[in-house]
Amino acid sequence: MYRYDEFDHRFVAERVAQFRDQAERRLSGELTEEEFKPLRLMNGLYLQLHAYMLRVAIPYGTLSARQMRRLADVADKYDRGYGHFTTRQNIQYNWIKLEETANLLAELSEVEMHAIQTSGNCIRNVTTDHWAGAAADELADPRPVAELLRQWSTLHPEFSFLPRKFKIAVTGAPNDRAAVKVHDIGLRMHANDKGEHGWEVIVGGGLGRTPLIGFTVRNFLPEADLLTYLEAIMRVYNLHGRRDNKYKARIKILVHELGEENFRAEVEAEFNRQTKLDVEVEQHELERISAYFAAPDFEVLPKRSADYEIAFARNPDFAQWVRSNIAAHRRDGYAIVNISLKPEGGIPGDATSDQMRSIADLADRFSFDEIRVSHHQNLVLPHVKQDDLYKVWKVLRANDLATANIGAAGDIIACPGLDYCTLATARSIPIAQTISRRFADLNRQHEIGPLRINISGCINACGHHHVGHIGILGLEKKGVEYYQITLGGSSATDASIGTILGPGFSGDEVPDAIETIVKTYLDVRKGGDETFLDVIRRAGHAPFKEALYAPAQRQ
Amino acid sequence: MTVTEIGKALTGNRLYDGEVVFLTRTGIWSETIDAAAVALEPLSQAALEKRGEAAVANNQVTEAYLIDVERRNGRVRAQHIRERIRALGPTVRQDLGKQSDGTGGGFAAHA
Repeated sequence: MYRYDEFDHRFVAERVAQFRDQAERRLSGELTEEEFKPLRLMNGLYLQLHAYMLRVAIPYGTLSARQMRRLADVADKYDRGYGHFTTRQNIQYNWIKLEETANLLAELSEVEMHAIQTSGNCIRNVTTDHWAGAAADELADPRPVAELLRQWSTLHPEFSFLPRKFKIAVTGAPNDRAAVKVHDIGLRMHANDKGEHGWEVIVGGGLGRTPLIGFTVRNFLPEADLLTYLEAIMRVYNLHGRRDNKYKARIKILVHELGEENFRAEVEAEFNRQTKLDVEVEQHELERISAYFAAPDFEVLPKRSADYEIAFARNPDFAQWVRSNIAAHRRDGYAIVNISLKPEGGIPGDATSDQMRSIADLADRFSFDEIRVSHHQNLVLPHVKQDDLYKVWKVLRANDLATANIGAAGDIIACPGLDYCTLATARSIPIAQTISRRFADLNRQHEIGPLRINISGCINACGHHHVGHIGILGLEKKGVEYYQITLGGSSATDASIGTILGPGFSGDEVPDAIETIVKTYLDVRKGGDETFLDVIRRAGHAPFKEALYAPAQRQ
Repeated sequence: MTVTEIGKALTGNRLYDGEVVFLTRTGIWSETIDAAAVALEPLSQAALEKRGEAAVANNQVTEAYLIDVERRNGRVRAQHIRERIRALGPTVRQDLGKQSDGTGGGFAAHA
């Protein structure tokens, strides 16, 4: 994985010193809150309901064991012994004190971490496929490009005061696990007829109050042109994006208002106007970065491991976990281990410091020192030998980290909601917990099959409810929470925005409503191969509406 | 006999640690909502607001704003669920926040 060079170390250390000075000036009263707020936000420090919240960047969701241990230490020393992994592959701490934040950032900088650009109207943490470098279906590891984008976009003077925040996602695999179609810019690597790799550039996707699927502004961009082209997009946005209305300031609104053809023409004109010399991706620089992401020293192993097969046959709990949480690795004899942070009745994405340390130990021993954070708020050990799977599972199980529900009903995405967040209109975590308990039977979850339930506590959609197969949006009317349900969303290759099913429900009613929706799916599906999303796309909302609302209307 | 007083209280987050605080009758910022001064009349509410502006200017709190509350038998219930959660801590982790350290007060989110 990428290691800081001297420049990176100095840069982050200087940034910590700068923030220390800013915080001291704020505490002494030299700076007003109005002056200080944009400065703290550019360093990921929010003020939430109960305390300050710090969002720490985990570039493209990749962590070493040492970094994970430091995150655990920070949780113990500066927070309340836990952290919350987010849908942007970052981690948030909920109980931070302003007076301690500079020390915290200094400790993070020792392990090459920071909180720069995790907030504010700038280019945020670049996200990618959490199986990058490991997935069997991958064309190439997207992380060198993600790192290149990180270096290019960090404190870029031209793009530090954009009309609004800006999110970029990158994938190097045909099966999109990075949700590239619902980002401001999504980059998807693919091959042309000659077998050369290039990038599909997708612009104008996003969730929030105006959910939209992005459009392809360029289908096949050579890698050498990547930064020049992205600069062109950023310039068109910076120039024409609306600054008069924060709700219309994202690039998706600009694309919508200009129209796709006009937007493309603007970008191409700007692209052709540039000299390219300044920002063309120099091959040797990309090679330098790529060297950090060289595949680990994999052993040559048989396709199947005898130890693993025996454990699989003998232990049904292990077998269930394997079927649910293990994904195919590009190398024979290896596997990708997905660690669910969604135990029955748990808080999605939360991990205690002890859990973080146990995962760090596993990464050290069994996964070439690598851990990933997924935008589904789970963790990943990307390179585990099949021979070691049973040992890994036993450790995970001892730490309440072996719930066999990846991609199933219990694997719920939920934002912090009104339990923590100042923007929230309703709580999302308790809804996730009650649904998780309702579907606690893992056999039933697997009978239901792939089902993505996403919950947001407000229209800003941090819980990605628009792209949940079942989306739940928490709203408020006269101080009372209620929840709107959408069906048919997806953030995968076949991305789509869910649509509202009907009138909302109280929090107490939501689990029954989800139960009814799932039962209806099981009744309507044509065999076990037809997934929940398949049924929505074939049959539409009608059977679900009938099951949910007709009984009440008949009364 | 239960007497319910309906009015407004002044709240904010303390600058140095972000802790939720409420202005008391003696002008101190308390961590406990039950200690909050409840202003029943527009004039006293305006006076509370002035105190809030001064506290922001003095860098005691980051922002100060009035919330709708009612006092029942010495306990203060915020009208809005958001403020009831601020007064106690997250409903999903009762081992955290004011509810766990003895400074909680007021009423639960659903009360």
